[in-house]
Amino acid sequence: MKRLINLTPTKPSRWLLGILPFVLIILIYIISSDARLLENSTDKLLPSFGQMGETIHNYALEPSKRTGEYLFWVDTYSSLKRLFLGIGIAAILGFTFGLLTGAIPTFHAPVSPLLTIISLVPPMALLPILFIVFGLDELAKVALIVIGVAPCIARDIQRCTLEIPQEQIIKAQTLGASSLQVLLRVYIPQLLPRLISSVRLTLGSGWLFLIAAEAIASTDGLGYRIFLVRRYMSMDVILPYVIWITLLAFVIDWLLLKTSQKCFAWHHQGAH
Amino acid sequence: MTAMVQAQPLIKAKNLWKKYGNNIVLERLNISVNAGEFITMVGTSGCGKSTFLKMLLGMEEPTSGELLLDGKPIPNEPDQSRGIVFQQYSVFPHLTVLENVIIAREFEHSPLLGKLFGSKKKNVVEEAKALLDSVGLTPAINKYPHELSGGMKQRLAIAQALIRQPRILLLDEPFGALDPGIRADMHQLILKLWREHNLTVFMVTHDLSEGFYLGTRLWVFDKLRRDPHAPEAFGASITYDLPVTRRPAEVREIDVLEEIKATEIKL
Repeated sequence: MKRLINLTPTKPSRWLLGILPFVLIILIYIISSDARLLENSTDKLLPSFGQMGETIHNYALEPSKRTGEYLFWVDTYSSLKRLFLGIGIAAILGFTFGLLTGAIPTFHAPVSPLLTIISLVPPMALLPILFIVFGLDELAKVALIVIGVAPCIARDIQRCTLEIPQEQIIKAQTLGASSLQVLLRVYIPQLLPRLISSVRLTLGSGWLFLIAAEAIASTDGLGYRIFLVRRYMSMDVILPYVIWITLLAFVIDWLLLKTSQKCFAWHHQGAH
Repeated sequence: MTAMVQAQPLIKAKNLWKKYGNNIVLERLNISVNAGEFITMVGTSGCGKSTFLKMLLGMEEPTSGELLLDGKPIPNEPDQSRGIVFQQYSVFPHLTVLENVIIAREFEHSPLLGKLFGSKKKNVVEEAKALLDSVGLTPAINKYPHELSGGMKQRLAIAQALIRQPRILLLDEPFGALDPGIRADMHQLILKLWREHNLTVFMVTHDLSEGFYLGTRLWVFDKLRRDPHAPEAFGASITYDLPVTRRPAEVREIDVLEEIKATEIKL
């Protein structure tokens, strides 16, 4: 018998082992849900899959009786719009500041300490200020995501910029490159795949800020919905919504990874 | 014409000192280098040979004294008059071999974006292909640097350094990380390019025999004075300035022909 640290599962058994926890969780849920529903058929805590399916069918495929909208899709659209806007603006800002502070010492001196302090401010503590300044509209929610995510991206990109070997920058200068040309042809192309991985890492907190902002002040959105129906203990809405959010997060992450692999193959083949 | 060239050395150092705080790295350096020389620099670690190379490159400035290029103070930042090949990291990992070479012409002809398109690009591609052929990289022009061996990467770095036709080529232990057999090939290549492109070469090396083999002039960097209690108190200078038998004049006439024949047979 080999040591435990030397035992590696074969590929099919790795797959099986990977699926196993999911199967177990679903199984435990079904058993518990059945047991509770047997005791009390109006139990709301652990709805059956059938109940959840029915609810989501109503939300996604039947127009709302009050507004005539398909709530599920309206919520998804609103949330994704805010998330993409917030993350997009944060990525552009973070990339610009990270690149300039990393590559240009004169820019680094006044901006870098500020950036460090800003990234330490808890964004949620700024939410009231954002609501006061920007009102309760879309802008405040997008701004929260931007403020929460942009400093992290900026600091990550700054670190990556400084990691590019100085030899390359000197080489570019001996080939006659100006500062702008070094930025455009040496720094930026090498930092774009880093930006994608930075965005992938910060998407988690992006979702956090989105749902928090929607929970506090909104009239639609995935976060708004789950906090609204909490009042009625509608687990049959909350659980599918949570699964849907997780699925969206997974798909966005996967798409970003695939984009990066397709556009920056050199980066993923071990060249840094 | 020849007289004028000799009257005006390409590189001249006059009583050159380099200090970092109290740490004296180089002191009282006086040298004069003519165009076409192949200088190899050897010495122990920390003896200032790399610092001197950086001063030639424009990354470091003399603390006192003068370093002159054509009689004028050497530009204090890197530019296209001096090409460089480092031991590693000096090719762009996000560009193919061909792109790595044409980027230099793109910097030159496209001042804003540093990128050429269409027929303009076609012209520089032809030029770059010819240069890549002369360093033996034709089969690899569409590969990325991470797909190349160490020797091929250095061939690329050399081609890249030559496309803007610098007068001075600086080599910072360029073959230090290569296998001995590949190193011998690279020696032939660099000698061939040195002659073809009329270069003045400054090369830092750890390998004394490499220094003797390649150079027309070998410099040994060492400390003239030592204080065992304060090792930083005195700087290094060039303690030996040895002309190596293959002087440029001879090389130009006789050795060149033989060398070229030899390399041709090899290729």
